[in-house]
Amino acid sequence: MKSLLISNSNYKAVVIGVSSGGMNALKVLFSNISPLFFIPIITVQHIGPNSENSWISLLNDLSPLTIKEAEEKEPISTGHIYIAPANYHLLIEHDETFSLSIDEKVNFARPSIDVLFDSAAHVYGESLIGILLTGANADGAAGLKRIKDLGGYTLVENPKTAQTPYMPQSAIDKSPPNFIGNLNEISDHLLNLITNKF
Amino acid sequence: MRLNNITPDKIALLLESIFENYGYDFRQYAESHVYRRVLNRLSLSGIGSIDQLTDQIIKDKGFASMLIEDLSITVTEMFRDSDFYIALREKVIPILKTYPFIKIWHAGCSTGQEAYSMAIVLKEEGLYERSTIYATDFNQKALNHAKEGIYPNKLIRDYTYNYQKSGGKHSLSNYFTSDSDRAIMNQSIKKNIVWANHNLVTDSVFSEVHLILCRNVLIYFNSNLQNKVHHLFFNSLIKGGLLCLGLKESLRFNDFSQHYVTLFEKQRIFKKKYEESID
Repeated sequence: MKSLLISNSNYKAVVIGVSSGGMNALKVLFSNISPLFFIPIITVQHIGPNSENSWISLLNDLSPLTIKEAEEKEPISTGHIYIAPANYHLLIEHDETFSLSIDEKVNFARPSIDVLFDSAAHVYGESLIGILLTGANADGAAGLKRIKDLGGYTLVENPKTAQTPYMPQSAIDKSPPNFIGNLNEISDHLLNLITNKF
Repeated sequence: MRLNNITPDKIALLLESIFENYGYDFRQYAESHVYRRVLNRLSLSGIGSIDQLTDQIIKDKGFASMLIEDLSITVTEMFRDSDFYIALREKVIPILKTYPFIKIWHAGCSTGQEAYSMAIVLKEEGLYERSTIYATDFNQKALNHAKEGIYPNKLIRDYTYNYQKSGGKHSLSNYFTSDSDRAIMNQSIKKNIVWANHNLVTDSVFSEVHLILCRNVLIYFNSNLQNKVHHLFFNSLIKGGLLCLGLKESLRFNDFSQHYVTLFEKQRIFKKKYEESID
């Protein structure tokens, strides 16, 4: 496993999917992430259709990186953590800008984790890291498998330590990820992956 | 299914084939959107690769029409985003009231729900009798549905909830007649809506429009096409005319931001500046 990683240090983006219990999980993850983190992070957190985005600015206060809502046609840049807006699917274009869609819900969710993961896997292929955290829904399992099938690297929160185990367990059942760990282990592993310390 | 085979080149080839054989031009749609539809169609049809899908499109008109439908349908509902309709009543209606007659272009009306929502607001604000809503789409099937104005009761329940939250002054049921499973919009709401087939990609301007409503349509287009359509909108609006976009759409990432004043940032309502038209 480690020998594979050495040859594969050229990651361009991280996508994260999280559902119920997500706010706490993201707080832990984002406050562990170094200011030197040099690739963009793109996140889908399941939220209600009318949610205000004030929770994003709360998260932003925890991190030296800029945490903001992803905007339509916005160029994706380093030093940023992007969050999908409420009631829209978030997708990625080959020119590394965002697209939004109001297509029907997927896995009862809009934004859907699978939609982001499929789209990101298509654009970034083996240069993508996918992370799936706590949740009570199977969204993200198929998308994480697609990331792996297209050569990306996948991490899943340990269902035993996740606030809600169903989502990470569904992903593990569908396709064994490259790494399973608690939130701190995931943060450490992520930093090692992108700084190529393996 | 060979996923890594679905390259941007292959997608471009597929869209070129659709255009050449059937005249529908999706070549400047956002690629992520097309990719999603292609993946979905591949998995529904059991076809193994995008090459085979493209072959099938060329050979089989019925199959092609399914993918064309996949690519063109956008989801819509009545009074989607209740805050937008509150802003429409509070900020936009007072401006429209200053005109002796009102021309509204609803671009990309799909199955009509938003056009009817606009008609209801105008009626409740006492402006409908002097208004005309030109509701356009390039999808004739959706347009026919819009014109019929028939929606299942299951959806009407959601629409009623949206209507009540959006500052509705009466009961949504005043505007339709329903039987056990569906509702038909009343003639009094239909009468000043003109449904027309218009293609934002290829067709030309409407003239002297006071308000353009185009919400969550341009998000499916790439930047080039968005700019082209914004050009069309700009030249269709009167000076001081209003442009309403979807809640997550903006003029920030295109060429037109300097030609509009932001009237209501959060609800994405813009006002065309009083300046010379641009070419």
